[in-house]
Amino acid sequence: MLEAHDITVKYGPQIAVSAVSLNLEPCQVTAIIGPNGAGKSTMLRTLNGGMEAASGEILLDGRPLNFYSRLAIAKRIAVVAQEADLRFPVTVFEFVLGGRYAWASTGGWGWETSHDIEVAHEVLRETQLEELSGRLMNELSGGERQRAVLARALATEAGILLLDEPTANLDLAHQAAILALVRKRCDHRETSALVVTHDINLAAEFSDQILLMKDGKSVAFGGPDDVLTPDLLKELFAVRVLVDAHPITGVPRITPVHESLR
Amino acid sequence: MKSNQERSTEWVHATVKKALSVCGLLLLILLVVLVIASVVGSQRLPLASSLCSLTGRSNCGLSSDQAAILFDIRLPRILLAGAVGICLATAGAGYQALLRNPLAEPYLLGVSNGAAVGTMIALVFLGTHEWSRPILAFAGALAATFVVYRLARGRAGATPERLILAGVIVTTFLSSGIVFITTLMDATRIRSFTFWLLGDLSGTTSSLLLVTFVAAGIGVAVLVLNARSLNLMMLGERDAFDLGVEVGRVRITVFVAASLLVGASVASSGSVGYVGLVVPHLVRLSFGSDNRVVIAASALAGAAFVILADTVARTIIAPRELPVGAITALIGAPLFVYLLKRR
Repeated sequence: MLEAHDITVKYGPQIAVSAVSLNLEPCQVTAIIGPNGAGKSTMLRTLNGGMEAASGEILLDGRPLNFYSRLAIAKRIAVVAQEADLRFPVTVFEFVLGGRYAWASTGGWGWETSHDIEVAHEVLRETQLEELSGRLMNELSGGERQRAVLARALATEAGILLLDEPTANLDLAHQAAILALVRKRCDHRETSALVVTHDINLAAEFSDQILLMKDGKSVAFGGPDDVLTPDLLKELFAVRVLVDAHPITGVPRITPVHESLR
Repeated sequence: MKSNQERSTEWVHATVKKALSVCGLLLLILLVVLVIASVVGSQRLPLASSLCSLTGRSNCGLSSDQAAILFDIRLPRILLAGAVGICLATAGAGYQALLRNPLAEPYLLGVSNGAAVGTMIALVFLGTHEWSRPILAFAGALAATFVVYRLARGRAGATPERLILAGVIVTTFLSSGIVFITTLMDATRIRSFTFWLLGDLSGTTSSLLLVTFVAAGIGVAVLVLNARSLNLMMLGERDAFDLGVEVGRVRITVFVAASLLVGASVASSGSVGYVGLVVPHLVRLSFGSDNRVVIAASALAGAAFVILADTVARTIIAPRELPVGAITALIGAPLFVYLLKRR
């Protein structure tokens, strides 16, 4: 579906991502984990052409990314960023309808079709925002707003979702709710998702494969059981961690062990 | 129970109908303002006869003096005010969406001053070519737009405050340019220039009027054609890019269109301030933030606003006149303070 081979990204002379490869398959959630400044977000931004790769190759359905037009990419790949910045009052419904932009036959002009409206209603139901659809975005709580940002990405009907720390500003319940929605979408709609996150336990619970990154390099790539080991995590964060099995779900559970507190 | 399909089709119809009724309502207001502006003035004209004349009939009972006032003095001025209103209000709406800043306005950004410098260079150095004025005004507006944009873009992106500061810098810098050019002029022209700088609608010619309307038409059309992209751009450029907007192309297109609008307006009437702030703000407050509606509605409301402001400007201390920019600033400056405080 989406393959990245040996991607290197530079900011001027500084190397942000160095020869990282990954591939996203339908129905799979992939997580990228790593310390701050590891190049996780840069990697994610490169996958939809938002950043230029200095070398390496990105293939979307077997063809290089620059073979596609901006609109064609937007129909296939949607991005969920951390909160949108809202300086103008727009309603939740208008905001979510923005996700239908790439499907307009008239470019920057014209009205949404009735199909666009239907899709918007559908994703609002899916994200449980139906009752808020007439409210203004800046009147919502952080959790509701982040759901609306996700809803807009889902409204694109893209088969690939790239999520850049989608749960960064949310409380426990809302973090899980967002990722559960993504998980559901992947399981039911042949979608694949890539999630950049700082929450290792959440990643262990929701993802099929995990990419560990440090200093722009790929440290490991594989299933949660193979990748979330004490040794690899120590290498990644320079902190000793305890890994055991979650008593209910059985997925790896990570607890940092702070030496100074012993 | 209605099906989703029916409900969605209904929504589309309702939205289009809303947009059309907004424009219809504003068109009606504009026509009323137009009639008021044609009969009110230092000499009051009879309403019925004027209306009858305006519809193109002869023998309406206006004396030849009155007809001359209506058709040779008032109407060209009203039309120019309308064109200037269209230009400045839609340019303001365009800048605001593109720069993601409800405070962006051609006058406050220094764009009007850029156009003014262009116009003055044309007047002083190329006085014989009437066409050089709007062209150099356009060039000046475009240059000022890009300088402000570059200055405002910090490492963390353009914050609203940074943009306004960049506007102040460009405005004051260009003001010194204007002062410099003024000193090159003879004393008799200086007074009319000072007047013109604050917005003067009295000195129009039919060819300048035509240029302004053509520029207004092109500029508004381009903005409307990019309105859906602007809806996404005003919520963040990176998000817009992710959703399929060709951000770079839209930015250039809208900057050029907005500069064309400001250039045409300044070349024909000087710098009328705050129109681009007041009008789009009121439109958004009444009809929402969808730029497809905001731009069209700003064009109509902008025309009505400037015609009304000019009517006040030429009647309030008649037979003397105020520059129209003094009236618009009187309304606009307090609104600016309010918008700044509310943030």
